[in-house]
Amino acid sequence: METLERIIAEHPFLADLDPSFTRLMVGCAKNVRFNRNDYIFREGDPANEFYLIREGKVAVEIFPAQGKPMIAATLDHGEILGWSWLLPPYQWKLNARALENVRAISLDGKCLRNKCEENHDLGYEVLKRFARIIEQRLETTRMQLIDVYAVR
Amino acid sequence: MATAVRNDVMIPQPYLIREVSKETYDTFTLRLAPDKGSNHGSFLPGQFSMLWVFGVGELPISISGDPEEHQRLVYTVRSVGQATNALVTRSAGEAVGVRGPFGNGWPLQAARGHDVIIVAGGIGLAPLRPVIYEVLSHRKDFGRLVILYGARSPRDLLYRKELASWARQKETQVLTSVDYGGMSWRGHVGVVTTLFKYARLKPSRSIAMVCGPEIMMRFVTRELETYGLSRNDIYLSMERNMKCAIGFCGHCQYGPHFICKEGPVFTYEQLRPMLEKYEL
Repeated sequence: METLERIIAEHPFLADLDPSFTRLMVGCAKNVRFNRNDYIFREGDPANEFYLIREGKVAVEIFPAQGKPMIAATLDHGEILGWSWLLPPYQWKLNARALENVRAISLDGKCLRNKCEENHDLGYEVLKRFARIIEQRLETTRMQLIDVYAVR
Repeated sequence: MATAVRNDVMIPQPYLIREVSKETYDTFTLRLAPDKGSNHGSFLPGQFSMLWVFGVGELPISISGDPEEHQRLVYTVRSVGQATNALVTRSAGEAVGVRGPFGNGWPLQAARGHDVIIVAGGIGLAPLRPVIYEVLSHRKDFGRLVILYGARSPRDLLYRKELASWARQKETQVLTSVDYGGMSWRGHVGVVTTLFKYARLKPSRSIAMVCGPEIMMRFVTRELETYGLSRNDIYLSMERNMKCAIGFCGHCQYGPHFICKEGPVFTYEQLRPMLEKYEL
């Protein structure tokens, strides 16, 4: 049987994490499932957790001021969803919707923030990994903004 | 004394349009056959022709058809200006002039025995389609075929039926992505580089062929290098203002290279010094 600790340790986001940190994180983790078209979170809701996606595809949706909502990005197995739990006001800025049935590990943001405050080595490790994800997503967002497929 | 030779590369040969099919709202595929009904001869995947729209002008267009189809020349054209619009609004039975094929083409010989990674953006899939046909019709000569294709939106994706059929072939992985998906889109959303993490790549035995807008190719080459491909195993097809197509006029000069004659396909190693220079 797969233990939560092993599932977390094998997720690409936490690859090569020191086992003592993994054990600390397990205390904040639980398995979750979402059915296709379920909203995982909505803009404005409290951001109390983040997700390690194990299976299925998630759409990150934005609502332009006028016009129809649109999918700005999709996230798949092996990726993480959500970083608004990291910083005040701990509120989601976007919607996340399951495009398929989704299995994920949910990590409690408040629980993990407390552990990071108590153990700065863990906190630094978590922040480094989130910084890499934020950097990658910022770069792909820039590429979307400059419209790389446009005829010039 | 007669000076015009029948096969003079500067003289367009008359071809008849056999079919014009709509790929997307602004992109069309034209099938042409020689006016006299003979075969057009052969071309290499990645080569281009100069298509003469009588009374309007001449355009460099990559050949997007099957290299083993000798009765037709196939071109996929996006209507973006006066000449391309005139070309795609021609009807079956009308004539156009064809010069070529020109250019060096993709490195299919070098790719034999290797995995082939195709990375295309927008209409950049058209010059790569002959490579896909070639790999799939000589399957044992090549390793895995990985096709990563990005477009602005679902309605900009070319060859959607063929993409689905290629994905069903052995040893072939096809991943598509759009920058912006509507709420009904169930596929991947993100620029083409975000597909790399889902691709089953073996960089040490792979050759990558990349075609799309230059800015996209800059990001893609960076990503391919990150995954461990060497600069000499990454090939790019360049586009410039081709006029004569034989390296005389200099319109397509790019640094030390004439794109029409030495290219349009170059290794990333050859192009890297120029690719990140502003306005070259």
